[in-house]
Amino acid sequence: MPTTDATDVLATAAAWLAEGDSIALAVVTATWGSSPCPVGSRMAIGASGRMAGSVSAGCVEGAVARAAGEVIASGEPRLLAFGVSDDQAWGAGLACGGKIEVFVEKLA
Amino acid sequence: MTPEILAALVAARRKRQPAVLATRLPDGAQRLLAAPFATDGLAQAAVAALHQQQSRTASLADGIWLLEVHAPPPRLFVIGAVHIAQVLVPVAAAVGFTVTVIDPRQAFATAERFPEAALSVEWPDEAFDALAPDRQTAVVALSHDPKLDDPALDRALRSEAFYIGALGSRKNHAERLRRLADLGHDAMTLARIHGPAGLAIGAVTAPEIALSIAAELVAAWRGSPLARRPRPE
Repeated sequence: MPTTDATDVLATAAAWLAEGDSIALAVVTATWGSSPCPVGSRMAIGASGRMAGSVSAGCVEGAVARAAGEVIASGEPRLLAFGVSDDQAWGAGLACGGKIEVFVEKLA
Repeated sequence: MTPEILAALVAARRKRQPAVLATRLPDGAQRLLAAPFATDGLAQAAVAALHQQQSRTASLADGIWLLEVHAPPPRLFVIGAVHIAQVLVPVAAAVGFTVTVIDPRQAFATAERFPEAALSVEWPDEAFDALAPDRQTAVVALSHDPKLDDPALDRALRSEAFYIGALGSRKNHAERLRRLADLGHDAMTLARIHGPAGLAIGAVTAPEIALSIAAELVAAWRGSPLARRPRPE
């Protein structure tokens, strides 16, 4: 029962696509330790810069948005890992000490 | 994800049909699974995830798949467009319930008072026949008027609603149970009603009572022991 329902995020992405925006979709695929967004949490990122939904309540959205730009450009999906041990790789450690994995793909 | 799969997912939500989106990691191969489900391993894993209402990964012969459950959100039917409802409705909507307020008194059931809810100004029995409460539905009777509350509770008890609550003092609740028993409901069925509705947080004011009911709704939806009903003697 998330406050931003995953299906609603996808409906928003569909509307953006219809407007001609290029879209990347992110989804939480795994969590370890404390994480505010469970597996299946969704975020949509438009090439125009707009975002809907959330994958971590704010900790890694910036890094996911950067990766989304690359995914939109290349068309290749990516599986991202964030956590205390990965903060060097992504510049985005989780303050809660949790770890999450996020899959990012292009809507196309 | 293809726009076609996305459109099918959004359409399933509109029809309140459960669906599971399967994505293979990390290559992103995808399949949308919905009833009638196939018999292969991926489809059966999707059925299991749907049953548990929980998205998760599954390790199958052809790789690791993310099984993303897209179940229709729970619904809340509120009988009585009263003051407590004005606090309960926005809280329940924020938590994720799709809310309908039922009250034939059109002066109370207005979009201005309930911007987050769908409104029904039919009598509760007619409204319930149209809305067809299911296992993902909660019903809360707040009107204090037996003409409104009783037919709603009667219909709710004949449904699989996961939560049925009613406001009122213990004395009024006992009288209500007698009236519902006269309509043919046995003790086991009547014990489904949370009366008075709400967790025991010492609520006094209308907003406090609304909060206690919202908390009990979440407890019931999540299967918390806090929302368990005692067995009838």
